[in-house]
Amino acid sequence: MEKVFSRTEGLLDKPMHYCPGCTHGIIHRLIAEAMCELDILEETIGVSPVGCTYNNYEYFACDMVQASHGRAPAVGTGIKRVHPERMVFTYQGDGDLAAIGTAEIVHAAARGEKISTFFVNNAIYGMTSGQMAPTTLIGQKTTTSPFGRDPQVQGYPINVSEMIATLEGAVYVERVSVSSFKDIKNAAKAIRKAFRVQQAGLGFSMVEILSTCPTNWGIDPVGAIEWLEENMKKKYPLGVFRGKDLEV
Amino acid sequence: MTKRVLMKGNEVIAEAAVRAGCRHYFGYPITPQTEIMHYMARRMPEVSGTILQAESEVAAINMVYGAAAAGARVMTTSSSPGISLKQEGFSYIAGAELPAVVVNIVRTGPGLGGILPAQGDYFQATKGGGHGDYRNIVLAPASIQELYELTVEAFNLADKYRNLVMILGDGTLGQMMEPVAFRDEESIETVAKDWAVSGRQGRKEHNEITSIYINPDIMEALNNKLQAKYREIEKNEVRVEVLQCEDAEIVITAFGIASRICRNVIRQARAEGIKVGMIRPITLWPFPSKTISAVASIESVSSFLTVELNAGQMVEDVRLAVNGSKPVEFYGRMGGNLPSQKEILEKIRTMAGK
Ligand SMILES: Cc1ncc(C[n+]2csc(CCOP(=O)(O)OP(=O)(O)O)c2C)c(N)n1
Ligand code: SF4
Repeated sequence: MEKVFSRTEGLLDKPMHYCPGCTHGIIHRLIAEAMCELDILEETIGVSPVGCTYNNYEYFACDMVQASHGRAPAVGTGIKRVHPERMVFTYQGDGDLAAIGTAEIVHAAARGEKISTFFVNNAIYGMTSGQMAPTTLIGQKTTTSPFGRDPQVQGYPINVSEMIATLEGAVYVERVSVSSFKDIKNAAKAIRKAFRVQQAGLGFSMVEILSTCPTNWGIDPVGAIEWLEENMKKKYPLGVFRGKDLEV
Repeated sequence: MTKRVLMKGNEVIAEAAVRAGCRHYFGYPITPQTEIMHYMARRMPEVSGTILQAESEVAAINMVYGAAAAGARVMTTSSSPGISLKQEGFSYIAGAELPAVVVNIVRTGPGLGGILPAQGDYFQATKGGGHGDYRNIVLAPASIQELYELTVEAFNLADKYRNLVMILGDGTLGQMMEPVAFRDEESIETVAKDWAVSGRQGRKEHNEITSIYINPDIMEALNNKLQAKYREIEKNEVRVEVLQCEDAEIVITAFGIASRICRNVIRQARAEGIKVGMIRPITLWPFPSKTISAVASIESVSSFLTVELNAGQMVEDVRLAVNGSKPVEFYGRMGGNLPSQKEILEKIRTMAGK
């Protein structure tokens, strides 16, 4: 029989450990496919975060380094400064990037560090069982905001892409989603563009990807996609925040 | 040997690192060691190296982690409060078995403390500081020449054992000037780093650098491997100076700048007829326990005196080594004050019953 579809070579042949309906897996595949399409799989070094994807170094077929919580951009900086001719990406969740690692992402972006960050915003801490994240929506119930996030008590969510886009060193910043076929196609394009910006040596690039966590949202996979569409997209509009006219 | 030049300790560390093949430096300013960074800022571009002023010590040590994972000879330097911030990074470096050199030019504490010299970070440096069962090699130079020698050595040891090597100095050593003779060429012991991440570039398997092992048996196996490495380091790498202990009555133990002060006390005490010797640990870990216990068994030796710029930290390791066979006394100053020769001599007279 003719093989019409096969696993991307960018991912190793290992079963992933993510929960059913979790969109981390889709994002992995998009990054892996982008590396293959751009023929940079053997040129790339990825940095894994602390979070549900702590061990995605076991999945990506490129060289990989596991970093401490929030510090992936600093680790990526160290790698890139040693191998400026290689491609470096970080994969980070919203707790990792927007809470404990705020300083590292802001300064990597400000330095115009020639790395690409894939920032997975699922509005919650997945790994540690559903605590409030900096991106948790107002009113959203989590294990540490059981009555819903109250801005008077827990403050307001952070729009990371908008914030990073204010920095001169961040030359390409886009927010995408993986909640529909159309969105997935667009996310794939954005990830490729981030890599190409890096290849061209233009500066820091980041793609924020809206993602689901059915397990800790307490919603079934299909409902989770709907919840993302209805709630997250309102607070986190998709679009290019920096580098719209960038031709790479 | 080329001709001797007069240089500040902090600058010698930077120059020695460059000569040892270090081409990546990540740091955050803090007194009394910032001259290292100033020197690097001018020197690194000459050798096409990287000097990056990080946003914090936390970021700096994680940049070190990345650069070390990528196979480079890399260094960060700081002083006490900054070193506290780096501890999580040290633990990750231990777990992932990465070679890295860290300098701590110790100041006073606890808290923000002060910028004057101290040795209060001995516990933190030798007993861990970060989480988990790990060891850093800790070198304690006592002169500017030795600062040069040990900085070069630190890079060789780090690569050889895939381990963090810390140089533990203090404000005096960092700030003082002394002549130093640089070699024309360093003996850089290069080791193949086939484990490093560099992009696969035709390599069949990808390389992974990690320190997380959820499976208890694999985690235990890594710990056993680390412990075996530490035993090997203890066997091979102890460095210690033993001074006039053959006939000594009282043996001083002191490291770094404290040993410099004690060196003069030995002469004065002997002139008064009190036979004093000294053991100066150069490696604080691995600790020269065997040397100390051997000296303790010399018949003429009646007691030990440990002198430190703290409330008594290394003295605990001396007591473990002496193992109760002879009394071990302690004299220390804190807050950035140095013990004077007179104070130490007075203590020795009392111990000798004079
Ligand atoms: C220094 C440190 N603090 C806390 C933790 C515990 N921890 C592990 S994962 C995590 C949250 C990760 O959440 P996020 O970045 O949103 O990623 P997700 O799991 O949702 O993919 C926390 C707090 C840790 N490993 N290290
Ligand atoms: S806990 Fe949430 S983020 Fe983590 S794997 Fe499960 S669904 Fe995905």
